[in-house]
Amino acid sequence: METVHMDPSSVIPMTGFDDPVQGSQRVFRQVLDAMSHPGKIVRIQDLDDAPQPLNKSTAAICLSLVDFETPLWADSEIASNGEAMNYLRFHCGCPVTQDPMEARTALISDAAALTGFSRFSPGTDERPEMSTTLIVQVNALTQDGGLTLSGPGIETTRTLGVDGVSSAFWDAVRANNALFPRGVDLILSVDEHIVCLPRTTQVEG
Amino acid sequence: MSATETLEGYNFAYLDEQTKRMIRRAILKAVAVPGYQVPFGSREMPLPYGWGTGGIQITASVISADDTLKVIDQGADDTTNAVSIRRFFARTAGVDTTEKTEDASLIQTRHRIPERALKEGQILVYQVPIPEPLRWLEPRETETRKMHALEEYGIMHVKLYEDIARFGRIATAYDYPVLVNGRYLMRPSPIPKFDNPKMDNMPALQLFGAGREKRIYAVPPYTDVKSLDFDDHPFEVQKWDDCCALCGAEDSYLDEVVMDDKGRRMFVCSDTDYCEERRAQGHVGPLGTSPGTPQAAE
Repeated sequence: METVHMDPSSVIPMTGFDDPVQGSQRVFRQVLDAMSHPGKIVRIQDLDDAPQPLNKSTAAICLSLVDFETPLWADSEIASNGEAMNYLRFHCGCPVTQDPMEARTALISDAAALTGFSRFSPGTDERPEMSTTLIVQVNALTQDGGLTLSGPGIETTRTLGVDGVSSAFWDAVRANNALFPRGVDLILSVDEHIVCLPRTTQVEG
Repeated sequence: MSATETLEGYNFAYLDEQTKRMIRRAILKAVAVPGYQVPFGSREMPLPYGWGTGGIQITASVISADDTLKVIDQGADDTTNAVSIRRFFARTAGVDTTEKTEDASLIQTRHRIPERALKEGQILVYQVPIPEPLRWLEPRETETRKMHALEEYGIMHVKLYEDIARFGRIATAYDYPVLVNGRYLMRPSPIPKFDNPKMDNMPALQLFGAGREKRIYAVPPYTDVKSLDFDDHPFEVQKWDDCCALCGAEDSYLDEVVMDDKGRRMFVCSDTDYCEERRAQGHVGPLGTSPGTPQAAE
């Protein structure tokens, strides 16, 4: 039998949480904080490193919440990267699907190209929780930006700035809000921070 | 209060990691669809259904070793259910526990909301026996699911109207139905309707767990929670002629305690922490004594 020599870095995935039990818990609580306070920038800091093109907070959320019950879809930049996909398969043990409609979690690294959510599952009127959760990697998040958010989880209004998405993205967010109770839920992520935009959040500006 | 000895041989907070992930995902979806009941794979817990297994599973999935946990049962910190659940998490998660509402980051409750207003960042976990508000009106899950999908809640208004026709007022005193964020009809669990106004625009996150019925639902912070009513029969909470016999509070929910077989009775705060805090501040009710001396009303 012929010996195949492979670069070890392509087969051995990068390490995950130092302590998977406490790491998963902390990341979940940070996501819960962000999801129950839409537009609030929340720090996620439990991974030292993540395989490109995944940023650290995207990787940490996957490690915390994705498993064999939740099919994962990734856009071509991530899906074509062997190291990133190997990492997700190894740590999460999740099925990887080619059909975004089937996905419970979708990873998007090319946020500028994301102009609509119709490819993803919005759930049904009877089972709105079956919708896809999108983790969208953006360039930057600022709390004092030009967007004004309101809805459950926000006392009056909250401002937010997002760099790296198209204007069509915000039209899609508004259309998604109008679908309620159906609709996707969004997690925008940068290196060590996230912002959640559940389907209930109204975005102006 | 210092944590009791932590148990060996169990995962952190008792539940296995896969179960926690499943529950955590359900909680996030519940927050995204306020008031909607998300089905989840409820596990068998080391205590019977009806003792708060739904609330315990949520607490186990949310809790960290840095949390400070308070558990109340009917407002009291020192009842069997509250004591055993508090001890369960002290032993399986090594958390600090407290009886002070203000100091708790996580509060698990059965049938009450603390009198002291909750703050942003706190999480209130309710134990829920029957999560479906329409269940006694329509027994079929397939039908109630459609009714929620179509926002078809006329049947609940008919029920409240029948109360008015029969008794002249809405007779529901606890587990009083609410509309969350103007969309989903929700059971607030069997809290007295006295507590319903506290749910509206509460700064804390409210999570609800029904273990036997396998449902999780949530009310995010600052969310509209409206008790159902009619224009000519507006929602009202119950009032008492008495004040708390121990601390003199006139703004808290009172329990009636029978004193003897001669018909003597007293009213005391159901929220024990609130009552103790008031007494420590020097408030004294008609049967109370000043702090430091033994209770006269034994």
